[in-house]
Amino acid sequence: MSIRNFLKSNDAFAYALALAFLVIAMLTAISVGSVAVPVSDIVKIIGAHVFRLPIADQVDSMYVTIVSQIRLPRVLLAGFVGASLAIAGAAFQGLLRNPLADPYILGVSSGASVGAVTTLFFNISIPLLGFYTLPVISIAAALLTILLVLFFARRVDRTMRVETIILTGIIFSSFLGSLISLIIALTGDELQQIMGWLLGSVSMRGWSHIGIIVPFFIVGSLLLLMNSRELNAMSFGEERAQHLGVDVERRKLVILVAGSILTGAAVAVSGAIGFVGLVIPHLTRRLWGPDHVHLLPLSILTGAGFLMLTDLISRTIISPTILPIGVITALIGAPVFAVILMKQRKNA
Amino acid sequence: MLNLDHVSGGYDGQPVVQDIHFSVSPGEFFGILGPNGSGKTTLMKMISGLIPCMSGSIQLNNQNIRHFSRKALAKKMAVLPQLTAHTFSYTVRETVALGRYAHHEGFFQTWTPEDEHVLQTVMAQTNITAFKHEAVQELSGGEQQRVFLAQALAQQPNLLLLDEPTNHLDLAYQKNLLDLLKKGAEQEGLTVVSIFHDLNLASLYCDRLLLLHEGRERALATPDGVLTEDLIQEVYQAEVKKHPHPEVAKPQMYLLPDEAETTEEVTIGPSMLDIRPEHITLTAPIPLRTISSGVCGAGIGWHRDFVNRHVLCDYNCSDPEGEMRDYLERNGFDTSRTVGMMTAVQMEDAAYGVWENDYISVFTVVTAGTGNATDSARAAGQTRPAVQGTINIWLFVNGYVTEDAFIQAIMTATEAKAQALRELGIKDETTGTIATGTSTDSILVAATQQGETLPYAGTATELGQLIGKSVYAETKKAIQRYQAG
Repeated sequence: MSIRNFLKSNDAFAYALALAFLVIAMLTAISVGSVAVPVSDIVKIIGAHVFRLPIADQVDSMYVTIVSQIRLPRVLLAGFVGASLAIAGAAFQGLLRNPLADPYILGVSSGASVGAVTTLFFNISIPLLGFYTLPVISIAAALLTILLVLFFARRVDRTMRVETIILTGIIFSSFLGSLISLIIALTGDELQQIMGWLLGSVSMRGWSHIGIIVPFFIVGSLLLLMNSRELNAMSFGEERAQHLGVDVERRKLVILVAGSILTGAAVAVSGAIGFVGLVIPHLTRRLWGPDHVHLLPLSILTGAGFLMLTDLISRTIISPTILPIGVITALIGAPVFAVILMKQRKNA
Repeated sequence: MLNLDHVSGGYDGQPVVQDIHFSVSPGEFFGILGPNGSGKTTLMKMISGLIPCMSGSIQLNNQNIRHFSRKALAKKMAVLPQLTAHTFSYTVRETVALGRYAHHEGFFQTWTPEDEHVLQTVMAQTNITAFKHEAVQELSGGEQQRVFLAQALAQQPNLLLLDEPTNHLDLAYQKNLLDLLKKGAEQEGLTVVSIFHDLNLASLYCDRLLLLHEGRERALATPDGVLTEDLIQEVYQAEVKKHPHPEVAKPQMYLLPDEAETTEEVTIGPSMLDIRPEHITLTAPIPLRTISSGVCGAGIGWHRDFVNRHVLCDYNCSDPEGEMRDYLERNGFDTSRTVGMMTAVQMEDAAYGVWENDYISVFTVVTAGTGNATDSARAAGQTRPAVQGTINIWLFVNGYVTEDAFIQAIMTATEAKAQALRELGIKDETTGTIATGTSTDSILVAATQQGETLPYAGTATELGQLIGKSVYAETKKAIQRYQAG
């Protein structure tokens, strides 16, 4: 407790630590691989990109290609996906007053996947949206799923107990999962690739995918950050929040939409990666406390760093085979889920 | 302040509360009572704006609450919820600071010095400053409730709504919380509207009470007007007795449990009396309702053991009550259920007898000495040894005696005693006039509270006549024995 009190009483320290973690994770993830790139060279290459300077001559041009074309986009994509899922998870948890609410467990990721798979395999392209058809449909499917999950959970149990929401989420997940299998079976081919995509991966995506996720990440995160006080109030219950002066119906909708934007966009670029939205907010809350004013930005930083490292593990642990990143997050996340659940039952 | 104008409302188109009409003035402590399902909580949710009115309107400061934004409403009105479990462990300070939410505008809300001042003030008021860095979850129920009260007060409301604020709280916390609210109402003009489960707490703290029954107003008045036996019995379907609070001018309601088994009819009589040189005792098989003067166990209560103790003429003790308690305990009596008296008279001179008619019986025991005889009309406050001559009268009534009748029984007995002294020509030695009693007389009236209800005991009633005759006769007998002895 005393360590936690110390950490909590020092906001600047929290941000410094989270930022340091992110930078170290990023440099490590770029550096490590089949070809190891020295950190000093990475800094030079990135510095040159950021400040639009010519790359220093002493840097090996192979390193430049590896970093600029392969590792950097991959690591950044992992970072944005991790950040999106972590902040979305933190927001869902605050809104539903449930530390087990996570885009994956709630079925939102599955919903987004159905949207993405449908788009990909029927080659849907909405005019005007063009390139953004995939994330937009994923986001719409994600939003539709969370609304349906909450609607059904409320129909089953007006008080919306933790167990009810999780069960409803699981039911939706398996139903939507089967729907995806059905679509795959109907299309027949490329099964292996789809399975890999479904388990989540940030490999071989490139800069274009970063272009897809960044605008949605910015919009979704800003919407949530603007509602951090409201999330604090809603953590004490919707009625309590109303009594404190929160316009609950409107704020709830904004938060659900923002969470769906973040989840949908993440799924559109990387597939369904589970448990990031569960583990990161949980860890962050334990270290720095539940105040969403800090929990949300800290979750962004930590979530980004976490998924960069997870991706690193997934591509190096049994190299040259690349594991789907979702396998690693599930291996870490499922036990954490179990621990939180057991703790909750004990408290109840 | 708050006006409800013929308000109805409920859920899913079904009205739960109907046609509720009242106003609360600033600084008033207003209580809402009613059995489960009577619509208390629904009414509260309508006042706090959580559910809309189906008909009628609710006004706060003469403005319909529907026309307030949530934030504007939260600046005028705060709600203290019932205690519930919370998922995340916010600190006390973070929790209370949320109360300032409504006072912040725009996206870039900054914490102002005024916010900090309010925060410090309410934390001091509710006495939670000491644990401001602790997690709310880890506090006791009473402390948590204080934290949420501080949160509500941080909204700086004019009106505070409470839903059974003392639920799950220890006795001391109930009192502290309500005292704090009462103080706020009296000193700062805070208007309080609260649901109460506990009729007696509501009576103690509220200025007015609204009693709801099946969603409608059943009564709206002061605690004394609402807490009547008939109303409460009808609305709560439970038998209750009303009694004034011993120290505060407010009524209290007592539940009457159903008797587990029909207890055997008890008749108090000579067989229960034990006369010894050192004391006369009577032990009743059941507790008797008593009103008495005496050395200990005096006043109004329920007692089973009655002791009239012989002491020497020169008995002199600075603490007769403490000495009497010691004596009773030494002799195996439980002082909590014993009425104890003293006299210097010889115990074998006691006179007693059963007086009865077809319905009622009275068992009367008198010990009398007249060394101290005094004319009450002329008494000059002579100081004489306290117990030298004393008339102690015990009256046991086998029947149900009302409070009225207890008092009349004492009047009747006293009149009969005076008459006995007059006929025996007992004189006040100082004034030379006929005495009306002695300066240290004691009386006990005890009733079994079974059988016949005896509403009166004046001399016009059969009970009064039995009391009068028996006291007159037994007192006369006792004095004659004393004089002979």
